[in-house]
Amino acid sequence: MTLVKHEWKQGRRGLAIWTAAIGFLVMVCVWLFPEMKGEMDGVSDLFASMGSFTQAFGMDKLDFGTLTGFYAVECGNILGLGGAFFASLIAAAALAKEEKERTAEFLLAHPVSRTQILTEKLAAVLLQIVVLNGIVFGLSVASVAMVGEPVPWKEISLLHLAYFLLQVELAGICFGISAFVRRGSAGIGLGIAAMMYFLNIIANLSESVEFLKYITPFGYAEGADIITNGGLDTTMVLLGMGYAAVGIAVAYCKYRRKEIR
Amino acid sequence: MDAVKTTNLTKYYGKARGIADLNLTVADGEFFGFIGPNGAGKSTTIRTLLGFISPTGGSAEVLGMDITKNRQAILSCVGYLPSEAVFYPGMRVKDVLRLSADLRKKDCGAEAELLCERLQLDPARKVEELSFGNRKKVAIVCALEHHPKLLILDEPTSGLDPLMQREFFSILQERNQAGTTIFLSSHILSEIQRHCRRAAIIRGGRMIACGSVEELARTSTKRVTVRGTIELEELQGVRDRQQADGGISFLYSGDMNELMRRLSAGNIADLSVAEPDLEEIFLHYYTGGGDET
Repeated sequence: MTLVKHEWKQGRRGLAIWTAAIGFLVMVCVWLFPEMKGEMDGVSDLFASMGSFTQAFGMDKLDFGTLTGFYAVECGNILGLGGAFFASLIAAAALAKEEKERTAEFLLAHPVSRTQILTEKLAAVLLQIVVLNGIVFGLSVASVAMVGEPVPWKEISLLHLAYFLLQVELAGICFGISAFVRRGSAGIGLGIAAMMYFLNIIANLSESVEFLKYITPFGYAEGADIITNGGLDTTMVLLGMGYAAVGIAVAYCKYRRKEIR
Repeated sequence: MDAVKTTNLTKYYGKARGIADLNLTVADGEFFGFIGPNGAGKSTTIRTLLGFISPTGGSAEVLGMDITKNRQAILSCVGYLPSEAVFYPGMRVKDVLRLSADLRKKDCGAEAELLCERLQLDPARKVEELSFGNRKKVAIVCALEHHPKLLILDEPTSGLDPLMQREFFSILQERNQAGTTIFLSSHILSEIQRHCRRAAIIRGGRMIACGSVEELARTSTKRVTVRGTIELEELQGVRDRQQADGGISFLYSGDMNELMRRLSAGNIADLSVAEPDLEEIFLHYYTGGGDET
């Protein structure tokens, strides 16, 4: 537990900033809803008729004039992308930062097994993701209540669950990469998150590349599909969790034998 | 039981040589010196012993335990002082010391406090605000606070002022007398000569000499620098002759009285007889004796 505690202390400032930024943006978006709702009758038609742009963001399947529709697109993009960046960043840095900042010598001179280092660092990453999502969910529900709308518990919970799973998947993949790299982990983390996001947009645009949805976690975190189907796509989620498990397993294999510089 | 015992220990980084066929034995309770120029393989040896990197050949035991199988057990009995002390950002000295003790699952508060006092280290300071020397002190306390059976020190005195070096070595002497084995890696010959009983010299990844410090020093030569004229023809034990301004400089390993006779026969304006620098000693060992080259 010592390392989890240590990682938590090292990461808490970053966690606080990301949580505050994402939470604040989601709240502002929700607060905008009542104003938007009145003007939505025209806007909805406009949004629905922007061709592939509409499709790319799933706005063809959603009614922008309802809170859930609005929330799934607007807040979904904020938490989906912001959370993805955060999870990828911390997971990609988890192991790599020790060598980059040359603290590995300090850590490894202590009687801590590599397996324990891996387990505690992974636990710390997951803990931070849980905390970020917990707080953002709370803020989100509170802001919906503040604007006087009934809280759509099922939809909002499903959406947040999907974003949480998405972050866990990206974290697992990036954790695996973290075992290999010594520097440049931030770029890799952000790059992977951004790439996954755009893969989903591309998949939305064309039927012929819909298989991309089975690669990117944004495939099962598509607000429009979740609201329309009233649930997550189990196949995609299981596949995604599989990718995460592979990433984590690779991290264990590599880091237990890694030559530390 | 030996504190350290390596058998043909070899480490290659790809094709680059780290150490080759190293056979090193440090007895329990010794104050052992490990000396060599930069890039000789000192740090590679230490990092292999501590399990940061794995050997490509041979084997090694630390405190009777195999380095590849018992890494954790070894580390719980070893204190390691890295040549460059780097810590996590944002932490205070006392947090670092606490973290180190927690990772060892030991309560070292009292000992840490004592060491901080002796080394004049303020535990309330932030580590990133500390000078290089003061950061070194933090690393020293981390290496010592849990009373390890074996202390591995990699260039321990860099950054410490002379007074602090004295205090540091007196702590090491106390620990050594209480039974701690000390493995001191350094490129400063005088440090090894003053404190260690036995030493090994490493160069180019291979051990080129190992023995008691007196023994190693006895075979060493003097650097003689003369201003004036002196007849050196047919004098035994002269090497590395260099013409300096108004005189001559050479390494001498022959009979001292013979040298004195030559000096008194010459016309000398100034004279210095000094310990050769480290590189010259290595040269001496490397060429396999004190013969004229």
